[in-house]
Amino acid sequence: MSEKEKTKGGKGLSFSQEGIVFLLTLALFVAFSIILPNFLTSGNVIALMRSVSILGMLALGMSLVVIGRGVDLTMVATLVVGVVWAVKLTNDGMPFGEALFYGGLLVSAFGLIVGLIVAFAEIPPIFTTLAMAPVIFGIGNPFLFKQDTHNAPRNVEWLGDLGFGATLGIPNTILVFGLVALVIHLILRYTRFGRSIYAMGDNPLAARMTGLPLRPIIVSQYIMTALVAYLVGLVILASNSGINSRLAYTTLVYDVLLVVVLGGIGLSGGRGGVRNVIVGTLFVGTLLSGMTILNLSLTAQNLIKSVVMMLALIADTLVNPRDEQTSQQGDI
Amino acid sequence: MKLKSTLIGACAALALAGTASAQQELSNASRDSYMEAVAGKRIVYIPMSMTTDLVLTWHAFLQRQADELGYTVDVRDPNWSAEAGARALTQAIGEKPDLIVLQNPDVQAYARLIQRAQKAGIKIVQLNMESLSQSDAYVGADWYGVGYTAGEAIAAQCGGGNGASNKVAVVTGVPTAPVDLFQMSGFRQALEDAGSDVEIVSEQSAGYDPSKARAITSSVLQQHSDLCAAFGIWDGQDAGIGAAIKEAGMADQVFLVTSGGGAQTSCDRVEDGSFDMFIEYDARMQGQALNTLVATLLQSDREAGAEKLVYYGPNYIVTPETLNPASCFVVDEGQ
Repeated sequence: MSEKEKTKGGKGLSFSQEGIVFLLTLALFVAFSIILPNFLTSGNVIALMRSVSILGMLALGMSLVVIGRGVDLTMVATLVVGVVWAVKLTNDGMPFGEALFYGGLLVSAFGLIVGLIVAFAEIPPIFTTLAMAPVIFGIGNPFLFKQDTHNAPRNVEWLGDLGFGATLGIPNTILVFGLVALVIHLILRYTRFGRSIYAMGDNPLAARMTGLPLRPIIVSQYIMTALVAYLVGLVILASNSGINSRLAYTTLVYDVLLVVVLGGIGLSGGRGGVRNVIVGTLFVGTLLSGMTILNLSLTAQNLIKSVVMMLALIADTLVNPRDEQTSQQGDI
Repeated sequence: MKLKSTLIGACAALALAGTASAQQELSNASRDSYMEAVAGKRIVYIPMSMTTDLVLTWHAFLQRQADELGYTVDVRDPNWSAEAGARALTQAIGEKPDLIVLQNPDVQAYARLIQRAQKAGIKIVQLNMESLSQSDAYVGADWYGVGYTAGEAIAAQCGGGNGASNKVAVVTGVPTAPVDLFQMSGFRQALEDAGSDVEIVSEQSAGYDPSKARAITSSVLQQHSDLCAAFGIWDGQDAGIGAAIKEAGMADQVFLVTSGGGAQTSCDRVEDGSFDMFIEYDARMQGQALNTLVATLLQSDREAGAEKLVYYGPNYIVTPETLNPASCFVVDEGQ
């Protein structure tokens, strides 16, 4: 199967998983708009988008590796360690810009190490990153910082604008999300690097035999996800005027993976694109916002979330049954 | 009569002799016995994670007194894992230290192990969250009282047409955690006692994550644009509530009450207007009380579990009006 045909999942809104989730999102949205009087207001829709843009951005970063048949479970640990360290350096007296530069170097180093292990030691990415996440956090916690709560430096104006400002009525956070989506879309679709990721995800051996520099591509992928995670960390810092290292213990990274998979980017790689991530993000955002407004309890919310996601997966299996042709080696 | 006067005489003679000898050696009998009772003993400290302001402050206090009096404190950091904590506790029981200082992750996790330790003759001090099994001592915040204070303040602020409305939103951490349950029951009781018409329009859980708290609060503010107050369960998470209120431009309208151990990061948020009222269960007071109990238990010859001492630290209220440089403290990361 040619590469172009393989990535078709991201093209037509047919009964692909993406299409099903998109329809589900629409159905949910209409239902909530009817039941809940204030759901369909511009303010609420903007708040909804704003709330999920962090999840969305992380999912965009994750999609970069997942399309290349990898996975990066270190994202949250990386963003926490990078940003908390930069904030700590600033609070200890370093200019914020300089501290951010060092934080960036640190997260790039993390990405580099993970990438090198995956590419050269050829340990499956899921094990590498599962093991590296606590290593990265462990470097951060006792050695670079000790406390969990860190307030954002106060006199940095652009940070306040990023977290609280709006341009033309749209919160800047959503705009950053849009920008990241655009950049990653351009990379995936129009650069040699992006196309190589698809080729690698589709069939790594074939890609290597064709002459693609597989290992450098893998290493750069993980550096890129680390940098996206760092950017998301900055947005979190700006949005809450601070960051808490406890974030590293949450299940956020699995929520991110869920958005990616739900949107229709298969874990077996080679399929999907930015649009899938956006659909997945919108779905989760609509569901969360509606359930918060309905004031459902946490347990009820978790139940509904799991059931709806299970339904989406079942619907996908019914519409697109797996057979020898469509299933791939390593498909989970 | 004669016997009595003889006895008095004997006592006086003994006392005189005692004073004379004390003066000769220039020593202080009670100090000596105190130092002797605690020196060389060993404490194992098992908190939830060595990252929070509370845990670091308690440790700083424990360590300082240990250095002064010549006993040791071993830290076992379970890093938020109740399982790792249970393992650490099991191992500590095997090592037979003189005292274990323990922070329970919930009421259930260590209940049996605490009983086992007590049977093995090891004394246990519990910190900040009670277990189902009582042990020698408990030091911690009065969670019910924190919730009650918050409820009183919000009833006064929003009840009887005083505020923008009678609506209040609540953001809990994990709805089943006892800390949350105690605070909520105190909160509800205070609203009821005040006889106010305040209504809880939203009660959501953010799992101690400020980003989630922010998302929840912005949804709630969209639905209830006349919201009068918000109550959060823990300051680290509630920074997100403050951020959502600030973004909606409703900082003057929505009265935000939260609580925490009193690290400087929280007072900074009172100062910048994110928190309107901060209920502080002062970690310094708890540390001091902890040290007193540790010294008492190390000196006492009574068996483990013979006493069940309880100490709830006082709650202080910090508002922009009462805020002063001593309201909060800086955790010394070097310690």
